Amino acid sequence: MAEILKRNKALAVNPLKASQPIGASLAFLGIQHAIPMLHGSQGCTAFGKVYFVRHFREPIPLQTTAMDQVSTVMNADENVIEGLKAICEKSSPALIGVPTTGLSETQGTDIKRLVKDFYAAYPEFTHIPVVPVNTPDFSGCLESGYALAVKAVLETLIPSPLPSPSGRGRNVVNVLAGSFLTPGDLEHIKELIEAFGLQPLVLPDLADSLDGHLTEQETSPVTLGGTIVSDIATMGTSLATLVLGHSLCEAADYLHTQTGVPDYRFDSLMGLDAVDAFVSALAKISGKPVPAKIERQRAQLQDAMVDSHFMLGFMRVAIAADPDLLFGFAQLVHEMGGEVVAAVAPARSAILSSVAAAQVAIGDLEDLENTARSNGAQLVISNSHAVETARRLGIPLLRAGFPQYDLLGGYQRLWVGYRGTRQTLFDWANLLVEHGHHETPAYVSVYKRET
Amino acid sequence: MQAKDIAELLNEPACTHNTKSKSGCARPKPGATAGGCSFDGAQIALLPIADVAHIVHGPIACAGSSWDNRGTRSSGSTLFRIGMTTDLTEQDVIMGRGEKRLFHAIKQAVNTYSPAAVFVYNTCVPALTGDDISAVCKAAAEQCGVAVVPVDCAGFYGTKNLGNRIAGDAMFKHVIGTAEPLPVPPAAQRDGITVHDVNLIGEYNIAGEFWNVLPLFDELGLRILCSLSGDARFREVQTMHRAEANMVVCAKALLNVARKLQTDYQIPFFEGSFYGVTDTSQAFREFAQLLDDPSLTARTEAMIAREEAKINTLLDPWRDQLRGKRVLLYTGGVKSWSIVSALQDLGLEVVATGTNKSTEEDKARIREIMGEKTKMITDGSPKALLGAVKEYQADILIAGGRNMYTALKARIPFLDINQEREFGYEGYSGMTELARQLALTLQSPVWEAVRKPAPWAINHA
Repeated sequence: MAEILKRNKALAVNPLKASQPIGASLAFLGIQHAIPMLHGSQGCTAFGKVYFVRHFREPIPLQTTAMDQVSTVMNADENVIEGLKAICEKSSPALIGVPTTGLSETQGTDIKRLVKDFYAAYPEFTHIPVVPVNTPDFSGCLESGYALAVKAVLETLIPSPLPSPSGRGRNVVNVLAGSFLTPGDLEHIKELIEAFGLQPLVLPDLADSLDGHLTEQETSPVTLGGTIVSDIATMGTSLATLVLGHSLCEAADYLHTQTGVPDYRFDSLMGLDAVDAFVSALAKISGKPVPAKIERQRAQLQDAMVDSHFMLGFMRVAIAADPDLLFGFAQLVHEMGGEVVAAVAPARSAILSSVAAAQVAIGDLEDLENTARSNGAQLVISNSHAVETARRLGIPLLRAGFPQYDLLGGYQRLWVGYRGTRQTLFDWANLLVEHGHHETPAYVSVYKRET
Repeated sequence: MQAKDIAELLNEPACTHNTKSKSGCARPKPGATAGGCSFDGAQIALLPIADVAHIVHGPIACAGSSWDNRGTRSSGSTLFRIGMTTDLTEQDVIMGRGEKRLFHAIKQAVNTYSPAAVFVYNTCVPALTGDDISAVCKAAAEQCGVAVVPVDCAGFYGTKNLGNRIAGDAMFKHVIGTAEPLPVPPAAQRDGITVHDVNLIGEYNIAGEFWNVLPLFDELGLRILCSLSGDARFREVQTMHRAEANMVVCAKALLNVARKLQTDYQIPFFEGSFYGVTDTSQAFREFAQLLDDPSLTARTEAMIAREEAKINTLLDPWRDQLRGKRVLLYTGGVKSWSIVSALQDLGLEVVATGTNKSTEEDKARIREIMGEKTKMITDGSPKALLGAVKEYQADILIAGGRNMYTALKARIPFLDINQEREFGYEGYSGMTELARQLALTLQSPVWEAVRKPAPWAINHA
């Protein structure tokens, strides 16, 4: 049970937090032929676009309602309606996500009404689902914005309780995928599910849209992969729902209430116990035995645990990440006999009190740096902004989370499952060995005469 | 090397067990032998001499799979980390070009790396084809103006232990006594402290562990002329004959050097260890005793009292965690008892120890330290070791790196104490590292995680 330390300073130094609208945009980017349009000034979008372009090294479709001085003061309703119309006409997307921003929320926009107004004004576009979501950046963080967007997608596409499902029995399982999962993670999760003869329906499916692949199509104003919009409405007929990440609990609650599909929830997919629980659930849902290939991966992880425990036992780790990711890493450190001596999350979440650390600070990378220094951390786990933090601390950095500007392939790295966990253990151990702090420092005798 | 030379090396008069059966020098048994060859032993004994170019004369197998594979550390030159071999080819062997290649190899090493000296390790193939490496070394030394030392240590001569002695013999024959020590730097002189010159023999500075102890030597005014061979320089080896006392650290390995220094130069020696609080203190007391300097004795006792008090305060919390844990120790000869003392200092119980490579004297010492009931294990096969772990209900296996994966695969906590390890345990401060490593593996949650069956396996059972 971690103690949560509230933010206690006026200035955020070396911020850890990315905004809710960014997170919501990310969720929409995992839906096929979709485009997010941020309701705010054009800078809200431009910064977000650069953020994702640099992280994923991909073109990112992202639009803006481009509020200006006049619309900010007078009324920006028209910006939303015009913006939606322009996108529908120009790009005929399969879905438009409309996250709000600090600006439009402060102004007091009623984004849900604006979507209704849009359909009323332009009934020819009623076939294009528009998903409004309130994501002011003065609250939450990337993870919570993402979760709100996932819930909003479900609310829009499964608006009323489904009649008692008749199609149940097909082999589809829903996967509500949290923002802590990379496209590489999702690819692996899909493989695991398929190994049990099940068919995954992932929402949002970043593994299909932002996995970094060359396409026939040279340019596109909308996403080129992701969850197919018409599939989302069929989630009520699936065998089960796998909820990955505590942050998606509310979205999962909504889906469960609307469809009655039984769900299995996982706060983390890193570490032997967490993956065991996931694989057990797949075996239960499918009624099939665990495939030999997966048993083998499990045995490989166990071997890696044993091999790496010499380096990872008692290791002192500093982690700064969004709550779900922080929880998962801390759990794994704990399971290896290490200690999380500095834990920082950018915003509150219920899961933070379960993080395997004495304290979790709501704060920034300066907080991480100070705590890591006074507690003698040996390794930092955080995003690319922590490069300088780790350098000043004189300890290695393992990059995880958003953004990873300076690491090619960081966006697709596999962290979860037996395989991903194993690689994480190896990487930790290698970083610690390479920075060999355990060696006795050289001592030269006062009598030594080098000749 | 001729048979009579080998026989002479095998006959070590300083070994008190010399008249009894020599389990330590037993012949290897085909099909049931573990452990290295003479080349391995010689190279391991000398490689830590940091500013020497170590050339392995032979085809690739000898150097190729052994270079840069040692945990020893240097505070200065790192030339010893550069792997050098003549990498003999089939043509060299057939055409008898080994000697020529060796000569040019020495020249190349000298030209490229300007070493303080060159050591040439002979291996099986050139020993068999009859390369005269002594002659080549002599000729090369004349041409290059650098000492070139032949170490005739072909693997088939015998065991690793023999290789250690060959290495010591080579040092004694070719290096020790060829230079005089430099005067003590004036800046290092302190009032009331007479500086005494000593040698350590068989100390390898694994993972820099001797640096835990060295500051205490400085404090007491004990100048280490040479540590053979951890963090040593060639010139230091040359001056070993001028020491007033020697300590043999890794017991039998280089005992012949200590013995010859005693017979030829009248330097007394004792055998000791820096593992454990008790043994570390004992080592300093023995130096004081041999050097017979009342001031040194007084300062030594004061230092011991201070260090023991300090380390015991640090160790007490670890002792609480480690007390009563059962250890199965399986190591080479001397470590079978020197580590025991360290483990007992920490409150662990050594339930059995391996004596495969131990001499009669080592075994007597084990009985002395651990009591008559102690189980001695001679069969070091993985199956036998694991059987012993179960039989004696050991919580942890402590052994060399080669046995690490035997333990880990059987899901048994393990501590590596061999030369490849990454942690230094010597001296007072090394004990906290040892305690930490023991607690780390004993308390690791991974054991429970890897021992329990998969959840679906339970459901199906």
